[in-house]
Amino acid sequence: MTRDLRRQLKAAALWLTAFLLMVVMCVPGLWVVLSAFRPNREILAKPPVWLPEQLTLDNFAKIFGFGADQVAIPVAAYFWNSMVIALTSTVIALAIGTAGGYAFARFRFRFKNAVFLGLMLFRAVPGIALSLPVFILWSRLGLIDAQLGLIIVYVALNVPFTAWLIDGFFRQIPEQLSEAAQVDGCTRWQAFWRIEFPLARSGIAAAGVFAFLTSWNEFALASQLTRSTDSKTLPVGLMDFTAQFTIDWAGMCAMAVIIIVPALILTFLVQKHLISGLTFGGVKG
Amino acid sequence: MAGITLRNLVKAYGRVRVVHGIDLDIGNHEFVVLVGPSGCGKSTTLRMIAGLEEITSGEIRIGGRLVNDLPPRKRNIAMVFQNYALYPHMTVRDNLGFGLKIAGQPKEVVAARVQEAADILGLAQLLDRTPAELSGGQRQRVAMGRAIVRHPDAFLFDEPLSNLDAKLRGQMRAEIKKLHQKVNNTVVYVTHDQVEAMTLADRIVIMRDGHIEQTGTPMEVFNRPANIFVAGFIGSPPMNQLPCSAEAGGLRLADGTVLPVPARLAGKVRPGAALILGVRPDDISPEGSGLLATGEGAMVRLTVDIAEPLGMESLLYSRLAGQEVQSKVFGPRLVSPGEVLDCRIALDRAHLFDAATGRSLEAA
Ligand SMILES: Nc1ncnc2c1ncn2[C@@H]1O[C@H](COP(=O)(O)OP(=O)(O)OP(=O)(O)O)[C@@H](O)[C@H]1O
Ligand SMILES: [Mg+2]
Repeated sequence: MTRDLRRQLKAAALWLTAFLLMVVMCVPGLWVVLSAFRPNREILAKPPVWLPEQLTLDNFAKIFGFGADQVAIPVAAYFWNSMVIALTSTVIALAIGTAGGYAFARFRFRFKNAVFLGLMLFRAVPGIALSLPVFILWSRLGLIDAQLGLIIVYVALNVPFTAWLIDGFFRQIPEQLSEAAQVDGCTRWQAFWRIEFPLARSGIAAAGVFAFLTSWNEFALASQLTRSTDSKTLPVGLMDFTAQFTIDWAGMCAMAVIIIVPALILTFLVQKHLISGLTFGGVKG
Repeated sequence: MAGITLRNLVKAYGRVRVVHGIDLDIGNHEFVVLVGPSGCGKSTTLRMIAGLEEITSGEIRIGGRLVNDLPPRKRNIAMVFQNYALYPHMTVRDNLGFGLKIAGQPKEVVAARVQEAADILGLAQLLDRTPAELSGGQRQRVAMGRAIVRHPDAFLFDEPLSNLDAKLRGQMRAEIKKLHQKVNNTVVYVTHDQVEAMTLADRIVIMRDGHIEQTGTPMEVFNRPANIFVAGFIGSPPMNQLPCSAEAGGLRLADGTVLPVPARLAGKVRPGAALILGVRPDDISPEGSGLLATGEGAMVRLTVDIAEPLGMESLLYSRLAGQEVQSKVFGPRLVSPGEVLDCRIALDRAHLFDAATGRSLEAA
């Protein structure tokens, strides 16, 4: 009986700890979401108003340019830029990362370890340290304030990680599967697409989510390399809410929600695939 | 169906040669087993036949056609891998039909052939499962099924049973044998287990360090091993090897015991030669408790160290002329450690090898 009680207490303590940790992690995000739906006045109130007295969509209406007092922020253009840049750079990074990961996992070639190590070391360089050289290069090439400029930067940022992650997934797939397929009548290329690629799909999806989120959320480099609605992304657009003496917290939070939602939806969509794909079976040895 | 010919086949990784010019003719419908210790180049040879490993030099022909530079898919062979290599994301049905589908066969043909293979191997109930939902033996059968649906010229097996437990291994061994009798195709089978080799093979190829040591039917390699290596490798427990020197009166063992020279080898023994006398454990046993007729062979005296009763027989580890020898006692006779036994050696079934070269005197 007492042992039962103790076990229940232990479980309860565990739950409580987990809950508190989650609270600490989630409260800022929750605060942003709440603030997106209430007026600036209430956000700045002292003492703070925890539970909003009224919820309103005014903040969203405002930043999209409807309603009484207009804040002319081109959210739609920023959203479009973000989507184009994040999606394109993710697709390119995945294509290169998959090819590279496969090569690292399957082939022997000269300087393989050195190349691999170099890629990983590149990850250790903080992106912001590259901002000045990239800025100078891009301004010579006319890539400042262009979607292409950011796409190239994000591809470079994401390829090492995607290659590394996907390499790990291909390593888990026994080479004999591809060999069996080749004996069964496939070319090497067919064996890859029919056998190895489907089996590594979950890993490639994980790498894709990571690359997308990195590009979608990146601020430091984007703020250096973009100027106008031609290329500004959503995180950079957030800065539009700061004026010299005031910050429009309500508008900023509304925009933050607009940034968070697509990322959440994507993660949610891929999540099931990630988990089901990670459980491997069928090969012994 | 087709035979396979290897001519002076060489494989080198960089500067290291692992297969040193192998010659082998495998007949149509023949079941050939490559056997040898770990690292002797069996898998490498098999993979070269399959086209999964480039050959350094030499020639491979399948059905008379030179296949040196053909990719695996153009060789019309099937292979069963040690880890089965079933496609984990496909059902058993799709695993079996994969090769036919790739070849562009119509749906009805694929379905019919899959059904045929499933019936032969007793897989009909399992067709809609994935490999993860099968037992080891069932996976093994699916791997074999995948090989037979395509009606290939030859089957290649690389240690297909080594992931199974002992009982299942025996069962599957019998099934492979049955399968061969049913579909009757050319088989090249790699194993390091000499029992598998003996039971399955039409012909055994014994390899060591990238060379072929001997080729022959199971009975030939058992009864007439070409050298000490084959003698020690084939047969379980292994053949006893007693160093001796040839004298006018016979063979003198290390402790001075002199045994007569086996009659059939009398002409081949040069006096003074350093030799090794090879005797199988079955051919040493106490009078009346073995395969030997009374009065047959020569008498020796053994001191028993360990006796292992196996039911029908007991295996004895004893000392003879300062050397450990294994021998067998048949029937209910119990032997205890320390016992001194007078045993008979069936010398007419014994072998003599040159101590320097290891070659059998019989061959010379
Ligand atoms: N990729 C490689 N590079 C260098 N040496 C290799 C390579 N693959 C195999 N070898 C060597 O070739 C030799 C033969 O290997 P192989 O796999 O054919 O042996 P095996 O007879 O099948 O042994 P086992 O019974 O252990 O499977 C071994 O000495 C091995 O170390
Ligand atoms: Mg092997």
